[in-house]
Amino acid sequence: MIEAELGRCVAAFYPGATGVTATAKLSGGASQETWTFDIVHANGNVGAILRRAPPGFGAAPGRAAGLDAEATLMQLAHDAGLPSPKVMHVLRPEDGLGRGFIMARVEGETIARKILRDAQFAKARPILARQLGKVIAGIHGLPRQKLPKLRSMTATKEIADLEREYRSFNWPRPVFELALRWLRDHDPGPSSEVTLVHGDFRHGNLIIGPDGVRAVLDWELAHVGDPMEDLGWICVNSWRFGEIDKPVGGFGSREDLFAGYEQVGRKVDSARVMFWEVMGTLRWGVMCCGMMQRFRSGPDHSMERAMIGRRASETEIDLLRLLAPRGT
Amino acid sequence: MQDEPTPTELIKAVADFLRSEIAPAITGHNGFKLRVGINALDLVARQLTLERDSDSAETARLKQLLGADGPLMALNRVLSEKIAKGEADLRTPGLSEHLWQTTMDKLAVDQPNYASYKRELENRTNS
Repeated sequence: MIEAELGRCVAAFYPGATGVTATAKLSGGASQETWTFDIVHANGNVGAILRRAPPGFGAAPGRAAGLDAEATLMQLAHDAGLPSPKVMHVLRPEDGLGRGFIMARVEGETIARKILRDAQFAKARPILARQLGKVIAGIHGLPRQKLPKLRSMTATKEIADLEREYRSFNWPRPVFELALRWLRDHDPGPSSEVTLVHGDFRHGNLIIGPDGVRAVLDWELAHVGDPMEDLGWICVNSWRFGEIDKPVGGFGSREDLFAGYEQVGRKVDSARVMFWEVMGTLRWGVMCCGMMQRFRSGPDHSMERAMIGRRASETEIDLLRLLAPRGT
Repeated sequence: MQDEPTPTELIKAVADFLRSEIAPAITGHNGFKLRVGINALDLVARQLTLERDSDSAETARLKQLLGADGPLMALNRVLSEKIAKGEADLRTPGLSEHLWQTTMDKLAVDQPNYASYKRELENRTNS
């Protein structure tokens, strides 16, 4: 199985490695998989993660940056002292494992409900928003000339993409129409500063320990564009998991997030952040509808997909709370 | 005429059985999937109970708002086009109230435990 290939691969790049053990698949769609395993070594086993497109799957679809770009970005972030796992090996054809890379495994939690409720994270929660502000500022500060080739995104393009995708569903949603209209009317135009944007900076892609953030994962949606997009996305209500009065991931305030961001010499444009929060809310809603489409037409005919389709209405109430708040 | 029990009663009975007898015995990923399945059955039961009234109220509001008649889907298409073209917006009398009521009725079926929904429900009862 995969353990034999991983064992051969690890022996070739990790001095003294004699094989791998405790291999388990963490997640996997049709084209991308994540595996955890331990590198067996006389000095003690070393935890590692394989992120790969299995053999036979080539180019990354649509918006994805591609696994080679992900590896480069992760290593850049690691080298800049940001919480990012060390990239141990980029897969080569002779490894027989497909495309992708192997990185150091960082221990910690990614599940939002545990991070927001478990006692072991009680000390981390109040400091997380400020920490994450600093981390995302560091990401935005990574030197442009060292970045791999990435797609370039603007607010105008993002609105057009969302609209096209929403219209392809052919299902009328007056609240989405209202949001699209609002976004077109409030499009702030091109950002004066264009930086690396992580693109999916939120619960699930952040490893948290009792001491706070330990690693930023999943650079699949990385691109260059308006840095305020990342600050807006992490404030989307869908990532608050019930803690709706704490806009940053259900644990922190915008003020703390912004203070952390500005602490390292970067500026926040709070109006742009709010614009991207509305965009992000609609984007998650459109993604929920997309899940429903794939449930109906695609090979993944799963209950989970179907039920995510029924979460689009959550973003409709959140859009109304943002755009048409009722007097309370 | 079909006999009793009603679809709603049958689905509730199955969901209750899965919840109280089966779920405690299943762990891991299948346990997660089972909970998703139970949630789906609960959703269907809520829709069967609530849909008829909320759909007819939504249709009545849309007829009033648009001055047009037709099936619910067609009316929603007309409203969507009007909003897209800027012919209707939040200043249009009744539009905001309509969107709020329609959305609240959707959440009552889809996710009655969603925090934003519960908050809006509280605010409405208090005001």
